[in-house]
Amino acid sequence: MKIGTKKNMLTFGLVLAIYLVVQLLLNMGILDSYIEINMVIIGINIILAVSLNLITGFTGQFSLGHAAFMSIGAYTSGILTAKLGQPFIVGVIAAALTASMAGVIIGIPTLRLKGDYLAIATLGFGEIVRIIGLNNDYIGGAIGLNDIPQYTNWTWLYFSVVLTIFIISNFIKSYHGRACIAIREDEIAAEAMGVNTAYYKTLAFVIGAFFAGIAGALHANYFYFIKPDSFGFMKSIDILVIVVFGGLGSITGSVVGAVALSILSTLLQGIPELRMVIYAVVLFLIMVYRPQGLMGDRELKLFKKVGVVNGNASSK
Amino acid sequence: MEMLVVNNLHKSFGGVKAVTNINMKIEEGQIVGLIGPNGAGKTTFFNLLTGIYSPSSGEIVYRLKQEVSSCSFKPDKMVKYGVSRTFQNIRLFKEMTVLENVLIGYHNNFKYNLFTSLFRLPSYYKDEENAYEEVIQLLKRFNLYDKKDHLAKSLPYGEQRKVEICRALASKPKLLLLDEPAAGMNPQETKELTQLIKWIRDEYDLTIILIEHDMSLVMELCENIFVFNHGTLLAKGTPKEIQHDPRVIKAYLGGE
Ligand SMILES: Nc1ncnc2c1ncn2[C@@H]1O[C@H](COP(=O)(O)OP(=O)(O)OP(=O)(O)O)[C@@H](O)[C@H]1O
Ligand SMILES: [Mg+2]
Repeated sequence: MKIGTKKNMLTFGLVLAIYLVVQLLLNMGILDSYIEINMVIIGINIILAVSLNLITGFTGQFSLGHAAFMSIGAYTSGILTAKLGQPFIVGVIAAALTASMAGVIIGIPTLRLKGDYLAIATLGFGEIVRIIGLNNDYIGGAIGLNDIPQYTNWTWLYFSVVLTIFIISNFIKSYHGRACIAIREDEIAAEAMGVNTAYYKTLAFVIGAFFAGIAGALHANYFYFIKPDSFGFMKSIDILVIVVFGGLGSITGSVVGAVALSILSTLLQGIPELRMVIYAVVLFLIMVYRPQGLMGDRELKLFKKVGVVNGNASSK
Repeated sequence: MEMLVVNNLHKSFGGVKAVTNINMKIEEGQIVGLIGPNGAGKTTFFNLLTGIYSPSSGEIVYRLKQEVSSCSFKPDKMVKYGVSRTFQNIRLFKEMTVLENVLIGYHNNFKYNLFTSLFRLPSYYKDEENAYEEVIQLLKRFNLYDKKDHLAKSLPYGEQRKVEICRALASKPKLLLLDEPAAGMNPQETKELTQLIKWIRDEYDLTIILIEHDMSLVMELCENIFVFNHGTLLAKGTPKEIQHDPRVIKAYLGGE
């Protein structure tokens, strides 16, 4: 535990240093607004990928509805800040809470459905959310919600990303998280060892949705404007691709995957006709030569700081 | 004291009567053997004992940590009632390490709550360290300590069976159910396992019910044996009685 604390201090220092350096570079104008937009996209993608990884990579619940949680978060924060004049903190917290309530709802079918069937149910959920959005005039219907105040800045973005990684990797390294992994590995054996599988599967969706909701709020309050179609099926697939690309069951992989694919996607924006082709070829190559994803289920040392169980206790 | 009572237990799958009219009483502290030919209903009986199936009729009653009957069985509740098991076709968490596998067995003995784990409050470290110590002790006794960081799937068959027993013991059961623990082991490993099971019972004060085809193991370990045949109880008795029971010899031993 002593060692853990020292290591944690080091990580804490590093996290703070990165924040300050980037903030300084932004203030001095060395990082311009084009780079800033891309940092926002990358940060949001990291949150989305890490949170989906908890559901699909660690707990083994195949989900094609992650963008719906983001959508719920985006609209919640959008309405609260644009229409009701609430501060951003209220918007973010409400976004996380409404999305995680949706997580409870989508968690229920998982108690009965597995694999492909679950994928289709989550897909249906995503479509329902989108169609409700399209048909609701209060939030602008298909035209979307406009004039959302731009509150998302480097501080909000960075600490949301850090919080997501911190909470989810802590969760994974606890007995709760190990129970989720056990469910992925063998549900019957997990149950026989006393794991309440219904509870943990729902919990994975709730925590995953919580952070997807935050990602939605960051998105809405950065880009001024949201519409239901931005959070459709294709967006869910995009997030899933990042997770698979980085490695199911690796938080490091999701971070690296989000950075790499966001940058690739931006670089290819200039050549739209080739963009999808090159994107597809890169994914194809990864899947052929590294089907387990970039990182497999391994972690970088930094994210392994943690626990008693992972070596600290044995080294004393 | 009887810790397990089975009354008129039936289980059928469609037309297949897998288990019919089983009556059984098992005393605390015994090692009990279930034997019988393939398809006799032994594993189905275990699945009924652990809430994976619910009986078509009849009832199972445990008097372990509390008195419970089969109407309130659920697979994930059995550990709480003091029942833990292994599987005939090993069901380890393949992509997890040996240590992590056994820690899942310890699942219900953890006390810290969700909030504590998300923010790493002091009780997280305390509880995890306790669990770690206990599980390491267990692994050492099973000669698995050196393999603690290996993935479960990378172990040889015989060791995988031992990890599964270890995982079941980590839940601190009163009753341990072993489904063919010696299957796939060589004679040397089977001999070691026989001693290990005896030692487990004495050390942890357990009742053990085991299904096994290896007669040397059954005859050496078990104080009582139940013989299953076509879903029914054909005979019960001490190893001596069973070995000399003409019905058993005809249906089972003689049939080979
Ligand atoms: N889920 C199920 N659905 C249908 N039939 C089943 C099911 N489970 C078991 N059975 C049938 O019940 C009968 C008893 O099977 P069981 O697995 O209990 O036998 P066993 O005594 O464990 O045999 P073995 O020694 O081969 O393991 C068999 O005829 C089997 O086909
Ligand atoms: Mg069997």
